[in-house]
Amino acid sequence: MNEVKDSATTITFARPQAFSDMVTHYCPGCTHGIIHRLVAETIDELNIRERTVGVAPVGCSVLIYNYFNVDFLESPHGRAPALATGLKRVSPELIVFTYQGDGDLASIGLSEIVHAANRGEKFTTIFVNNAIYGMTGGQMAPTTMPGQVTSTSPYGRNVEEAGWPMRICELLSTLRTPGYIERVAVHTPQNIVRTKKAIRTAFQNQIDRRCFSLIEVLSTCPTNWGLTPCEATNWVQTNMSPYYPLGVFKKPEPRIEV
Amino acid sequence: MTRILMKGNEAIAEAAIRAGGVHYFAYPITPQSEVGEYLAKRLPEVGGVFVQAESEVAVGNMLFGAASTGKRVFTSSSSPGVSLMQEAISYMAGAQLPVVIINIMRGGPGLGGILPAQSDYFQSTKGGGHGDYRLLVLAPASVQEAVDLTMLGFHLADKYRNPVLVIGDGMIGQMMEPVEFPDKYDEPALPAKDWAITGAKGRKPLITKSLFLDPYALEQNNIVIHAKYEQMKANEIRFELYKVSAKNRMLIVSYGTMARICQTVIDDLEREGVSIGLLRPISLWPFPEMQIRTEAAKPNIERVLTVEMSMGQMVEDVDKAVQGKKPVDFFGRTGGIVPAPEEVRERILKLLDGKMAK
Repeated sequence: MNEVKDSATTITFARPQAFSDMVTHYCPGCTHGIIHRLVAETIDELNIRERTVGVAPVGCSVLIYNYFNVDFLESPHGRAPALATGLKRVSPELIVFTYQGDGDLASIGLSEIVHAANRGEKFTTIFVNNAIYGMTGGQMAPTTMPGQVTSTSPYGRNVEEAGWPMRICELLSTLRTPGYIERVAVHTPQNIVRTKKAIRTAFQNQIDRRCFSLIEVLSTCPTNWGLTPCEATNWVQTNMSPYYPLGVFKKPEPRIEV
Repeated sequence: MTRILMKGNEAIAEAAIRAGGVHYFAYPITPQSEVGEYLAKRLPEVGGVFVQAESEVAVGNMLFGAASTGKRVFTSSSSPGVSLMQEAISYMAGAQLPVVIINIMRGGPGLGGILPAQSDYFQSTKGGGHGDYRLLVLAPASVQEAVDLTMLGFHLADKYRNPVLVIGDGMIGQMMEPVEFPDKYDEPALPAKDWAITGAKGRKPLITKSLFLDPYALEQNNIVIHAKYEQMKANEIRFELYKVSAKNRMLIVSYGTMARICQTVIDDLEREGVSIGLLRPISLWPFPEMQIRTEAAKPNIERVLTVEMSMGQMVEDVDKAVQGKKPVDFFGRTGGIVPAPEEVRERILKLLDGKMAK
């Protein structure tokens, strides 16, 4: 951090310690940067930077390890919950989080996330849903909206062939194993504040060795949606949030002795 | 040390614990299920970790996560299961992580069968997953050797920061033999694990990865891991010679259970006045290429015969080792059929009579 400090200056917005001093590679209008920052702020506030380990996905956020000042593993596509399981089981003192996109988590890594959640692995997943494969150039994802044009659904997503978009929070909240599942968004300041609170709850659950937590964050992809950044945030509001309702889907219940 | 009678799969499981391998991730598959069943009971007793994963794909990646902490982690599986782990094996080789993988091989391809085979030689020694990498591959021929090599496997994995594969055919896993476990596993000192993921306390963050988008960085990573493979070739070639002498008319190259059957044949033929020697590779990679070349070049050796429980895989490496200086023949059965000594004997005699050219 290179902050200018003098007696007349009060710093009200500094770079979190959990962030490294790097410029991200994300496109203009992409909300990965916001979500990264909320995670970094949370790590600082909970004072867990020195025992936090992130697991990076394959996708746009594959290089997330460059932006954080914590240990990181770079996972094969979709397998971050399996890596996190291995890490957390052998080193339970670590605070482990996975950061995954919708192609990574909802498509190729669906089995790994469902079973990690069902085993109640005590780590935290930040699931960034922008309804498209970003890094590979805008292909259809399991979360792509009906009729949405992508490079592999040039006539719009046909739900007769491709099925309906997968609602991961709803799916995971059917599991009997206790967990914390919440869907949030970052397209308005108010929603960003809510997202911060959700991420903090998810990390606190882990510190308390309480349960598996997954926070789904509705995100944007102006580049591959073919929209301006402002149009993209509107698109989240009008197209995504009606189908992907925001809110808490599952909370850990008191332990039941079996 | 006490000598006890034990099934191969259970002995391997106990050997891992004795070597400090107390973090186990696996998915059930025949014919090695007893490894996991044994560990499900034993690991809680020693404060270890036992996780039954949802698939071998997940197993490989749980190992990846767990191995990054520097703790000794392992799995056991059988052929189709090991196929599913190839993704993570490639990543772990690229990220330089130590892990031990036990493969109690069954017949393939595909779902194949559940009886003993050695048809994963190519998969084990030539890659299996994508990219330029090698695994240290150890092949026991008895339950005792399975114990010894499993323990050694943990040491070598740490020494080279590379996955180690211990492959036994189904027979090694299923048969019972007397075994001894050392009271204490003595191993040479290992370098400090300054690469282990422990949280960035008092140091810069560590990143465990196999991604290098800069081609020069990726080439450099390959050069670094390739240098380790060269060290393995210099230091870790293991083999056993059986009745090798200047009188030998034939050299047999065979590994695992198959090599023991060949020993029986060699003993029988010796009584009939036919002298044959055996070279049994214990490390399948690095392969005892020079040693085979030296033995095959001896003047009395007429032919070299490779015997495997496969349609002929290691024979390609034997052929390469012999460099055309002697005829290299192959005999094998597969699908779970273990050749009887008589079949091997008959083939040897035909070859030596010159009735059967390659």
